[in-house]
Amino acid sequence: MRQDHLITATQLSRDDIETVLDRARAVADDPAAYADRHAGRVLALCFFEPSTRTRMSFDSAAKRLGMDTIDMGDVDSSSVSKGESLSDTVRVIEGYADALVLRHPSEGAATLAGERVDVPVVNAGDGAGQHPSQTLLDLHTIREDHGLDDLTIGIMGDLKYGRTVHSLAAALTEFDANQHFISPESLRLPRSVRFDLHETGAQIREHEELEPVLDELDVLYVTRIQKERFPDENEYHRVAGEYRIDADTLDDAADDLTVMHPLPRVDEIAPDVDETDHARYFEQAHNGVPVRMALLDTLVENANLDGDEGTEVDR
Amino acid sequence: MSEHELRVSKIRDGTVIDHVEGGQALNVLAILGIDGSEGFGVSVGMNVPSDRLGRKDIVKVEDRELSQSEVDVLSLIAPEATINIVRDFEVVEKNRVTRPDSVTGVLSCPNRNCITNADEPIETRFDVVADGVRCDYCATILRSDIAEHIDV
Repeated sequence: MRQDHLITATQLSRDDIETVLDRARAVADDPAAYADRHAGRVLALCFFEPSTRTRMSFDSAAKRLGMDTIDMGDVDSSSVSKGESLSDTVRVIEGYADALVLRHPSEGAATLAGERVDVPVVNAGDGAGQHPSQTLLDLHTIREDHGLDDLTIGIMGDLKYGRTVHSLAAALTEFDANQHFISPESLRLPRSVRFDLHETGAQIREHEELEPVLDELDVLYVTRIQKERFPDENEYHRVAGEYRIDADTLDDAADDLTVMHPLPRVDEIAPDVDETDHARYFEQAHNGVPVRMALLDTLVENANLDGDEGTEVDR
Repeated sequence: MSEHELRVSKIRDGTVIDHVEGGQALNVLAILGIDGSEGFGVSVGMNVPSDRLGRKDIVKVEDRELSQSEVDVLSLIAPEATINIVRDFEVVEKNRVTRPDSVTGVLSCPNRNCITNADEPIETRFDVVADGVRCDYCATILRSDIAEHIDV
């Protein structure tokens, strides 16, 4: 991967993805070999929105590479509450760190940050836009179970606002994947994501119900339908109930179906699914650490190579 | 003498924007930032019969030339437009508009949650795609409603 930033999954080629995932596998197999690889370097965590998994797994990944992390803290206690622009905030933090992880409530925030700074920027979620590092760990999880070619995947839930969905759908076009999208009419894929999928000639089908496609699937990727997307609470409960799965739902599924979820879940996957062989969402979350180690390693190495005018670093 | 010349007189020096899609003349003036207060002589013909377009609009502005970014956005709402430069009552230059690869700083993003609408020191930038334009920041696609998002 020869990229400065990771902003959107649409920028990733098959080669880029496989480079990071191969490295993630190497990291998982021999973590000790990576322990001091980036000692003395600093990663800045800039989260303008609440986060648990993404923030902590980047923190853990950086520390396992020997990096220190600095954290902007909550937005309420930072200069943002004084009205500072994102442009200024990232320009200042650039001077404190060797790379920057950004989550922000506005779509396009990471693109803007990437234009303002020279250190690598990782988009850790921009509004309802993209979440490409989540996609890399999703792909790692899928690859370990099924490989990434000749794959049939169902992506279900909030496809309109779900940034993990937008990134995953885009990245899967680099592989031989049949994508089924299952959602209520009001939460179908947005026009921009559909545009990109059509441009690549991807095989996609859209459904309102899971049942007709369930037995074809190798992977079922479930996402949360958020209450705030519905003006009427009764309507939310009615819709959300139709996209909830439990162990009985999966009776008709293939034996080796993998069920994934970016987490947090509320009640869209019943706890009894946890006990089945299908459940993979906790491993998926754990994969965040080796995959983000591989990603940071790759991006920081690239940035360093640029600094050394392309000279290979002897490790 | 054709019908539109009966309605709109010739100008001595300036720009004639002809073959504008019917109903878009006021948007053309909006792109040029002209509301009458600048003192330029402005003539507008709307829904004039046209062999090529059926009905067309025509805008004549005296003593005013167009910048490249103005022509770029013009091409999005009036892809058939011709731009005539007039000096001493003669057309000295006649150009068709061409679609640019991107337009910067002229359109506003319709996505209220886009970072370009968040009070940042930033110019909007849209890529021109098959049948519309696309925000470089949030990827929102604008199609038939481009004229409503001209920000000049």
